[in-house]
Amino acid sequence: MQYAPIAFTPHAVPVSVDADKCIAHKGCTVCVDVCPLDVLAIDLSKGTAYMKFDECWYCMPCEKDCPTGAVTVEIPYLLR
Amino acid sequence: MNTIETEVDVLVIGGGTAGPMAAVKAKQANPALRVLLLEKANVKRSGAISMGMDGLNNAVIPGHATPEQYVREITIANDGIVNQKAVMAYATQSFAMIEELDRWGVKFEKDETGDYAVKKVHHMGSYVLPMPEGHDIKKVLYRQLKRTRVEITNRLVATRLLTGPDGRIAGAMAFDCRTAEFHVIRAKSVVLACGAAGRLGLPSSGYLFGTYENPTNAGDGYSMAYHAGAELSGIECFQINPLIKDYNGPACAYVTGPFGGYTTNAEGQRFIECDYWSGQMMWEFYQELQGGKGPVFLKLDHLAEETISQIETILHTNERPSRGRFHAGRGTDYRERLVEMHISEIGLCSGHSASGVWVDEHARTTVPGLHSAGDMACVPHNYMLGAFVYGRLAGESSAAWCAGHDFAPVDPEQVERERQRVWAPLLREQGLPPHQVEFKLRRLVNDHLQPPKVTRKMEIGLERFEGIRHDLEQIKARDAHELMRAMEVHAIRDCAEMAARASLFRTESRWGLYHARVDFPERNDTDWFCHAQLKKDERGAMTSFKRPIEPYLVPIAETERNAYRELRIAVPA
Repeated sequence: MQYAPIAFTPHAVPVSVDADKCIAHKGCTVCVDVCPLDVLAIDLSKGTAYMKFDECWYCMPCEKDCPTGAVTVEIPYLLR
Repeated sequence: MNTIETEVDVLVIGGGTAGPMAAVKAKQANPALRVLLLEKANVKRSGAISMGMDGLNNAVIPGHATPEQYVREITIANDGIVNQKAVMAYATQSFAMIEELDRWGVKFEKDETGDYAVKKVHHMGSYVLPMPEGHDIKKVLYRQLKRTRVEITNRLVATRLLTGPDGRIAGAMAFDCRTAEFHVIRAKSVVLACGAAGRLGLPSSGYLFGTYENPTNAGDGYSMAYHAGAELSGIECFQINPLIKDYNGPACAYVTGPFGGYTTNAEGQRFIECDYWSGQMMWEFYQELQGGKGPVFLKLDHLAEETISQIETILHTNERPSRGRFHAGRGTDYRERLVEMHISEIGLCSGHSASGVWVDEHARTTVPGLHSAGDMACVPHNYMLGAFVYGRLAGESSAAWCAGHDFAPVDPEQVERERQRVWAPLLREQGLPPHQVEFKLRRLVNDHLQPPKVTRKMEIGLERFEGIRHDLEQIKARDAHELMRAMEVHAIRDCAEMAARASLFRTESRWGLYHARVDFPERNDTDWFCHAQLKKDERGAMTSFKRPIEPYLVPIAETERNAYRELRIAVPA
């Protein structure tokens, strides 16, 4: 049984992470830590951060505080 | 799932603006106190100023303004409904706080003589102090937290306060939004600094998190204070802001005004004399949007290149750094195009308007041992600097309270009831998704409460919010993160009910658009020159009542009383 409504199934999310630059596999969790809405997470199998929940305020601490410049925040599609 | 018990002297809930200041000041007042700062997100980047702030909106600086002038201006701007003692406590301590922040490393704009470069944005006096490099303010606060050795816990979501048999504060309960562990924190004194109720109305984009306020500030503080029996005030005086259309940031005439930018209608004409946000200003803005001369724009295209570059640097790097990206996506260049504006969703926020938990001039609420500061504490138009000043007052009052009081006993039944309420969405086999309930609730808030307010619509809204109360008992959370969203919906629903009941209670119109009632279009000072309060009574029902306005400390002359009601630019005959 599906609980999440189709309208909220995330297809395109505002925060993207460049896997080549991300150093989550070295233990970095800066972007996950600074997000006020706690929407980012580390994918342990890939060793990179990703946007787990489409609940973005596009406030940008994740992008600004990332030590390697791996994170990019785009304005959510509904607002563009 | 575990339950974790902790004991501290002072518990500060909310690590945004007022909260860190309260924690630091409590610790400085008595370094022997155990002070815990509990934060829903991460103190390093939480709250309304997570990315910084581009200026002070209410600096009372000797040589530019006096506390009496400021109290007079805010009294008039808020249509007379203020506790002047509380506003005066802010005004007299405003400058000392600026100097302290300056010493801590916050950068304010100064002129060539080293004096603060104060600008005039308000209708009457000069109180705006730009912070073109205000992006470091959270770092400055964090350093002070570390220096004074305040304990910090991140990712704990407070849900209810604990009260003793005599009604005084006993602590708070919270859960971890990553593990769902339940926390019971005993405390002698508590400071609530949870920010605005920013997820009340739904932005017209339909994006749940595209709110003006940081959406983490979902009204948790208002809900906790209410359930602990605290008095709330002026809830009917909604927050509605003029924003860039579809973007959650202000077009920001506060920043651009001193550079020569201004608000115009579609014909390119100015229509308001003053861009300072007040209910009357929003009323004129709304009239222009609805009338034949809308929409409304921020005009900058007449300014020199170097001025525009400077504005871009300030507006695109401080409070809302994604703004430049938004404009780029739409192809908006200030040099060539006006910025289209619109009005925000409704919210509750005393930082901007006046809705909040009732506090006295020492940041004390009506619940003994409970203090409040920042956007959620009712000190009208208090903004960021007011949050710092009231944070300081709350921290000092909390430390003083601890000197004279021991722990109140914790009622195990309160704990058990709350633990069951919090864990219920996780334990349910199936049910409604939190986002869907939130979307519906906030859509109903827009439909029934968005001003101009209509009595029958608000009454029907109350019935619908009652229906949502039953839906709350069917929400399913699949993990601790969804549980956070589910419990936030509880708080949003409480705020929606408060907003409807408070609006129905005050049977007049006041504060321009904030409380424009179609059925009672006139201001009625005979019956309503008073605070409208709201609290949970002994039987657990939401009840409204009047609180008289204390005699003014700063008298308002007849000739000044209506200064903020005359904001529209007169059209020559």
